[in-house]
Amino acid sequence: MESAALEVRDPTLVVRRHGQDGAVLELTGTWLSQRDLPEPAGVLGQLRSGAIRRLAFDADRVTAWDSGLVTFVLKVLGETSTWGVAADRAGLPEGVRRLVALAEAVPERQTGRGGARPAWLARLGARAITKADGVLVGVTFLGESLQALGALLRRRARFRASDLFLVMQDCGPRALGIVTLISFLIGLILAFVGAVQLQQFGASIFVANLVAIAMLREIGCIMTAIVMSGRTGAAFAAQLGTMNTNQEIDALSTMGISPMEFLVLPRMLALIVMMPLLTVYSNVIGILGGAVVGTGMLGLGPTEYFEQTRAAAHVSDLLIGISKSVVFGVVVALAGCLRGMQSGRSAASVGLAATSAVVTSIVCLIVLDGMFAVILNVLGF
Amino acid sequence: MAYGSFVIQRDLSFTVERGEVFVIMGGSGCGKSTLLNHMIGLKRPASGDVVYDGLSFWRAVPEVQDGLRRRLGVSFQSGALWSSMTLAENIGLPLQTFTRLRTRQISDIVSLKLALVGLAGYEEFYPSEVSGGMLKRAGVARAMALDPDILFFDEPSAGLDPISSRRLDDLILELRDSLGATMVVVTHELASIFTIADNSVFLDAETRTMIAHGNPKTLRDECPNPTVRSFLRRGQAEAVAGGPAT
Repeated sequence: MESAALEVRDPTLVVRRHGQDGAVLELTGTWLSQRDLPEPAGVLGQLRSGAIRRLAFDADRVTAWDSGLVTFVLKVLGETSTWGVAADRAGLPEGVRRLVALAEAVPERQTGRGGARPAWLARLGARAITKADGVLVGVTFLGESLQALGALLRRRARFRASDLFLVMQDCGPRALGIVTLISFLIGLILAFVGAVQLQQFGASIFVANLVAIAMLREIGCIMTAIVMSGRTGAAFAAQLGTMNTNQEIDALSTMGISPMEFLVLPRMLALIVMMPLLTVYSNVIGILGGAVVGTGMLGLGPTEYFEQTRAAAHVSDLLIGISKSVVFGVVVALAGCLRGMQSGRSAASVGLAATSAVVTSIVCLIVLDGMFAVILNVLGF
Repeated sequence: MAYGSFVIQRDLSFTVERGEVFVIMGGSGCGKSTLLNHMIGLKRPASGDVVYDGLSFWRAVPEVQDGLRRRLGVSFQSGALWSSMTLAENIGLPLQTFTRLRTRQISDIVSLKLALVGLAGYEEFYPSEVSGGMLKRAGVARAMALDPDILFFDEPSAGLDPISSRRLDDLILELRDSLGATMVVVTHELASIFTIADNSVFLDAETRTMIAHGNPKTLRDECPNPTVRSFLRRGQAEAVAGGPAT
């Protein structure tokens, strides 16, 4: 964009009167935006106070220019034209003249952006309405997924078995590593916390009871669900969000294939099957973790520890944990799929969808777990 | 040019003159975009080099490469605007990063660049809120942000309606004339090629090398290679040669 810059001189600007109501802007030097360019405001003030009606430019001695000169000229022309000043552009460099014409070719669009922020009450109201709509959308999504389950039972659901197995493999066997690590350490920590307290009463053997009941009823299923929400729920959201960006979901819909059946159902089924299995696995590993502390730190014999565990744990505890894990699986799958399908069509919104999926599912998991605790307590389990 | 051991194109050698519109053409999958990636410094060629003003790009140290990259502007096929930023922020980012301009100067330049591509007033829009044609033009505006010496366009008219695509061609020519910049355009749109190109190179997928070099209009009428003639006449080379076959 630079014309041959032979000498580097500071950009200067002189306003020269011409006739009774005319003025010529004399520009010299290198007009590059990196250098300190004269402000249009100063010139405009001068022109205004001089009651100028005609304006011309003399840029013969401009040695180099870039966008800086073009923005300057555009500002001066734009402002003076509102006063009714006739401008003669012939004195501008050829390139500048063409660029100014190009920039003026399409008038600025009044988009109504960048206006004042609405009052706080209006913003609060708008947020409340959005949240309420969000709940409605969530309930609708739950309903649609139940319909898809119904279609499955009537053997009318359309999805590919291979997809189901792929998802199952991903959220089952491939999750074993992280579930093992988390469950083992949680069992260990539970036993430690319990041991410190129970040793004071000489009741260290009851560490086995504590670990067994806590793992079976609560910790096994909730930890597995949280791990799956971070690992698998976020992946569902990212995958479906990207599919939405690429219009892949639209492509399914236009072919008359329900995205609920084709995409959501296999993911939900996979978690419904895998979550209980992972939970049982997590229970076993957690109890092993407790046993390591029991035998290594408290001096209990392995047989003694497992005998105590067997006596403390009831089948009902195991069943409660397993039933909760099924519900949690549905929550993780639905939160991931819902946020993915709601995602906007950009990279940023896919990221938001993944975040939102994890937040939604963890909030729902904890709230549901609290409700289970109250209900089971009332029922006497 | 190769991916692994798979050679896409070999023995390419051509010169782009300052201030010309240079078109890289060829059928789908012949390696046009790969060649562009080599030229803009995204992908190192399997062998050979790209030279700017006598300065070798691929043998240069990273600092020199970055300096060269700043003299290039690239308009990607689908805009490639950063989706988490508004159009103004997209264009302002290189200015903020590589110049010491004040915030107000940057916003003036951003408005100018948007006005040049006919998008004045769209500063606060996010890329997801504007149409495909507007995205492409905003991509051109971002490519021009640092007043580059050379502008690269990857398939500028792909996915645009004829009028928008024509306008973009006019924009390319107008920018070349007023900025004196060099334009390198990858395209297979014949209408575009004949409107804008001063010079061109034709890549062939079968022989895996360039089989023609020169002004496309001259190539259409005089090129001895039937593949090139057929391409530039939309596959009707033999029919034309064989008389009125319709």
